[in-house]
Amino acid sequence: MTSRWSLGLDIGASATKAVLLDGERVQARALCKSGADFAAAAKACRDEVLTSVGLAACDIERTVATGYGRHRVDFASTSVTEITCHARGCYASFPRAITIIDIGGQDNKVILLEETGARRSFRMNRKCAAGTGAFLEEIAGQLGTPLAALNELARQGTGNVELGSFCTVFAKTELLAWIARGTPLPELARAAFRSVVKRILEMDPLAGEVVMTGGVVAHNALIVELVSAALRREVFVPEYPQYTGAFGAALIARET
Amino acid sequence: MAEAKAVEIKKLAAAGTLRKLLADHFYELDQAVKAGHPKIAWCTSVGPAELLRAMGFLVYFPENHGAMLGASRMATETIPTANAIGYSPEVCSYLTSDIGACLQNRTPLSAAYEGITAIPKPDVLVYNTNQCRDVQDWFAWYGQRWSRPVLGVECYRGVGEVTDVHVAGIAGQLEALVPPLEEIAGARLDPERLRETVRLSRQCSDLWKEVLETAAAVPSPLTFFDSTIHMAPAVVLRGTQVALDYYRALLAELKARIADGVAAVANEQHRLYWDGMPIWGRLRDLATLFLELRTCVVASTYANSWIFNALDPDDPFRSMARAYTELFIVRSDPYKEKYLEQMIATFAVDGLVFHDAKTCPNNTNCRHGMPQRLQERLGVPSITISGDLNDLRCYSDEQTRTQIEAFVEQLAEKR
Ligand code: SF4
Repeated sequence: MTSRWSLGLDIGASATKAVLLDGERVQARALCKSGADFAAAAKACRDEVLTSVGLAACDIERTVATGYGRHRVDFASTSVTEITCHARGCYASFPRAITIIDIGGQDNKVILLEETGARRSFRMNRKCAAGTGAFLEEIAGQLGTPLAALNELARQGTGNVELGSFCTVFAKTELLAWIARGTPLPELARAAFRSVVKRILEMDPLAGEVVMTGGVVAHNALIVELVSAALRREVFVPEYPQYTGAFGAALIARET
Repeated sequence: MAEAKAVEIKKLAAAGTLRKLLADHFYELDQAVKAGHPKIAWCTSVGPAELLRAMGFLVYFPENHGAMLGASRMATETIPTANAIGYSPEVCSYLTSDIGACLQNRTPLSAAYEGITAIPKPDVLVYNTNQCRDVQDWFAWYGQRWSRPVLGVECYRGVGEVTDVHVAGIAGQLEALVPPLEEIAGARLDPERLRETVRLSRQCSDLWKEVLETAAAVPSPLTFFDSTIHMAPAVVLRGTQVALDYYRALLAELKARIADGVAAVANEQHRLYWDGMPIWGRLRDLATLFLELRTCVVASTYANSWIFNALDPDDPFRSMARAYTELFIVRSDPYKEKYLEQMIATFAVDGLVFHDAKTCPNNTNCRHGMPQRLQERLGVPSITISGDLNDLRCYSDEQTRTQIEAFVEQLAEKR
């Protein structure tokens, strides 16, 4: 008998996400820290999601692994890149021609989908971590603010501080100069958010309907608001943006 | 396990002969240094090698050494030494790795060829700026260090149609090289010998072109990665009989592969074109990755750079001038775009891989909207890999792997 369960695992640079599908329906989600052992994180995340619905590993028909650690998952049926999985996951929520912005821990991607869901093209950010989750983490450290509090802090800023440089190190030096001038923290946090947005706007003209996904978006709604303000139109976010890759992987697992 | 199965790169039998040819080339140079004759000329890879050979010089190509530094990954250790004396990490990493190696008294030749301990010191260095200005700076450094004359040809840039004015300008500069070279060589240029060298060089170029064109077969018997290895005689031995013998044998082997249906990439599913420099320190990894993905990188701008259609033994100077100005790297963007369009059609490629080489803007063609224009006009998708020819500090294995895998997944969706 064919099992109806399929599993998608997204082993990202900082978090590992699992989505379990029962047929077409999402039955459970789980999230673990990726840490330094991707294989262990993948297994822990799978076990968590299985335990939550009382299943065993052998109940899963197919598992697709994606993300940085995708090649480290020895129990996966196959691996697929996060670009394909994010595209698949987003298209399931927004089945039309869309431009996807995925902000991850280590890299950003812009993916252009045709009306049919077929990919037209994709871009990744350049080598530097500027504009990614890692950048915000660095800035939070510099400002002595917990990463989780950065979004609310930035919301209180008015936007009168501008970071001009491309590079994370230069941006931090710029911040130092603002700190030396006694600039309030909310302004600095907001400047960091705006810097992330600038890095994204440089990647693509972002035509048409824009959908944003990824962990950074999930925890920092302000980024979406700033992108939306820059584009002067609504920007869409799936219900569980951080799970989009894992969801796409699960859908691919079900279809193949 | 999710990881793709390990696959073996299918080596061409001619590789054995190639190893011997290159060993002979380097031992001959080494011997000349020890004996004090024949004289040695350093030449840029698309410089006037025919002229130098015809005048009796043994010719050494520093870029070939640069590629060896990259492929052996010795470059990673030598580049910082050149950076430290003022050669920016942003300039040609052939230059920086080579100068750094010289300062460290190291060469990958020592590991490859027993008894060779150093690169061959030149009697003269001759450049052509048709590829870039970096070669001029590179040669100038050695010229000054060892007090050797540096001569050269200053080329036009961004050339649309190659006109008689261009040809006359370059031919004049080539002719002007003769008197100082005669003085260094201690002999007059024999016009008959020059014609013969140009004839051999043209034949070498024609055969190399035929070799590369075998990749138009489906499945292809040859990959871009093979061509980066087998192009060596077209670079360092053009103008000699041994290069012709070599390419005749290689061509026969490739034709036999086609006749027998032997693919360079088993079960070839996708065909790609590579634009830009090779990433020398990752050639094997990338070749293996594409094999696993059943994707053949069939052709490249880079390997095509040693096709010199215009060489004509009956008009050596003018034809050399034309050949070395007709090169892709010298040309305007509209010309380059048309050229790529032709390659896409000839080799029936499904997509392009642009290598954005940090330290070689000259061989990087994706910085002015070319990939987007090609996709818009022809519907051919592409990816751009950030990397470098020799400086692996500018390269991310993980990001490149993800991009390539994602690109192949995208191509598979289309099928
Ligand atoms: S063309 Fe590029 S790789 Fe070649 S010498 Fe010039 S800068 Fe270096």
